[in-house]
Amino acid sequence: MSLNDLTALELSKKIKDKEVSVKEAVLASFEQIEKYDEQLNCYVTTLKEDALKRSEEVQKRIDNNELTGLLAGVPIAVKDNICTKDVLTTCSSKILENYYPTFSATAVENIEKEGMIVLGKTNMDEFAMGSTTETSHYGITRNPWNTDRVPGGSSGGSCAAVAAAECFTALGSDTGGSIRQPSSFCGVTGMKPTYGTVSRYGLIAYGSSLDQIGPVGKNVADVAALADVISSYDKKDSTSVKREYAFYDSINEDIKGLKIGIPRDYFSEGLNEEVKQAVMNSVKELEKCGAIVEEFDLSLVDYAIPAYYVIASAEASSNLSRFDGVKYGFRAPEYEGLHNMYKKTRSEGFGSEVKRRIMLGSFVLSSGYYDAYYLKALRTKALIKESYDKAFAKYDVIIGPAAPTTALKIGESLSDPIKMYLGDIYTVSANLAGLPGISVPVGLDKAGLPIGVQILGDCFKENNILKTAKKIEEIAAFGKCQIAGR
Amino acid sequence: MANVISDETIEYVGILAKLELSGEEKEKAKKDMESMLDYVDKLNELDTEGVEPMSHVFKVNNVFREDVVTNEDTHELILKNAPQQKENQFKVPKTFD
Repeated sequence: MSLNDLTALELSKKIKDKEVSVKEAVLASFEQIEKYDEQLNCYVTTLKEDALKRSEEVQKRIDNNELTGLLAGVPIAVKDNICTKDVLTTCSSKILENYYPTFSATAVENIEKEGMIVLGKTNMDEFAMGSTTETSHYGITRNPWNTDRVPGGSSGGSCAAVAAAECFTALGSDTGGSIRQPSSFCGVTGMKPTYGTVSRYGLIAYGSSLDQIGPVGKNVADVAALADVISSYDKKDSTSVKREYAFYDSINEDIKGLKIGIPRDYFSEGLNEEVKQAVMNSVKELEKCGAIVEEFDLSLVDYAIPAYYVIASAEASSNLSRFDGVKYGFRAPEYEGLHNMYKKTRSEGFGSEVKRRIMLGSFVLSSGYYDAYYLKALRTKALIKESYDKAFAKYDVIIGPAAPTTALKIGESLSDPIKMYLGDIYTVSANLAGLPGISVPVGLDKAGLPIGVQILGDCFKENNILKTAKKIEEIAAFGKCQIAGR
Repeated sequence: MANVISDETIEYVGILAKLELSGEEKEKAKKDMESMLDYVDKLNELDTEGVEPMSHVFKVNNVFREDVVTNEDTHELILKNAPQQKENQFKVPKTFD
């Protein structure tokens, strides 16, 4: 058995038991990276030298019992929209091609405090706008299960890196499904925590009211343990929430009597038959374990995507106004005067999907349209939140697919934006309502591509989704950490 | 309802967005925006009379803290990221004559 077959928690235990050194773990990840990343392109930046240096320091502190956390010594990949001090952070955009943050995101400080080793920065859709990791300025990432397929997105690099064992675990970010959908496409587990649980300080903003950093891992236990590490109340994020959590401790709780709601609206047209069957089978198995299953009408499902795109684009148009060629990043080589410099820099520095959303966002916020579009979307958001509140008054968790299909072919979805946006139909409403959600792999379709099940919980009830996901994982026997292609 | 985005509107949005689009890009942006807005118009099916716009899912208040410097001086590193700098400041093109 190779080191790379271990989960993050198994690895960390072996490190503590002195069976494996931190350096060996780092080298094992780089062996995979050197073998596969030229083809897969999971990483924008790798940090072999830094990681090896840090592994020695961490090893000493583990040996001295200074680092005793569950994930001490574990190599991790970080999505490239999360700031890392003195390490290139591009958001997969040309406009940040030379940006070296002078600080680290709070989530990164937390993983470093735990004694985890950052291996590099992972590829993504430019500014997290996309569901395929095809809009990156630094080339597409390929799905390790089938390299003609996309890994999903926007955290496609993080999810593909975990699937290909190019790291033991990873950080992603989720604004409309950007952790859960690529986790589903890549056969890994990924969670978006309740809004406000992980500090957004140092996460380069896309839609601030929706963005949340979250863990990606080989199994539920790893994801829960990493969620414990990265979560913290942070004064530097004014939307950070002071809350109780013990994610890892909740995964083995009994699910007997757990009330599961199945939204009928999630199983209607547009859903691939194999995905549907896989999800329904998981639910049946949970019922056998003592869960109580009921179908219900969630309602408003068709309104989530239009509301999401209005809100996310509006926030993006404001958040991305900081990229103007003055303080950091790319500046157009030729211009006439200040305003022309702004315009040229932004037009040459942003890719087409980013420009599309900035334009839409600027339009819906402009006078004359603000009420009709932006406020209408915020009112719709209130109704969506209300319909979830009603559902969670009756159910502990809601189960459905993470995405309508398995991984799409490269180049298939970019041509029709609305069709691409519809791929987010099962994930965006959790962001609008601030809910936690997790995607867990349950099997492969006939083409050999992973299928993910999504479990949503009420705000602050990650324990319910984690224990359900753990049960599904046990039943599905997908392999506690199946590595793509083995 | 089919939305029509005029040349003036796309020009105006370009000013707001600080983007300079080529003729071809403008035509594409018009089409994209028209089809997105047609799609977003689906929201008009919903009766939202009397519903308060929800900008935030949780009750949030302004979070105040003392304005105390806690980080070390990183101005040199910050300036290193700037495309152009001069005498410890960001350098920008001339803004007025």
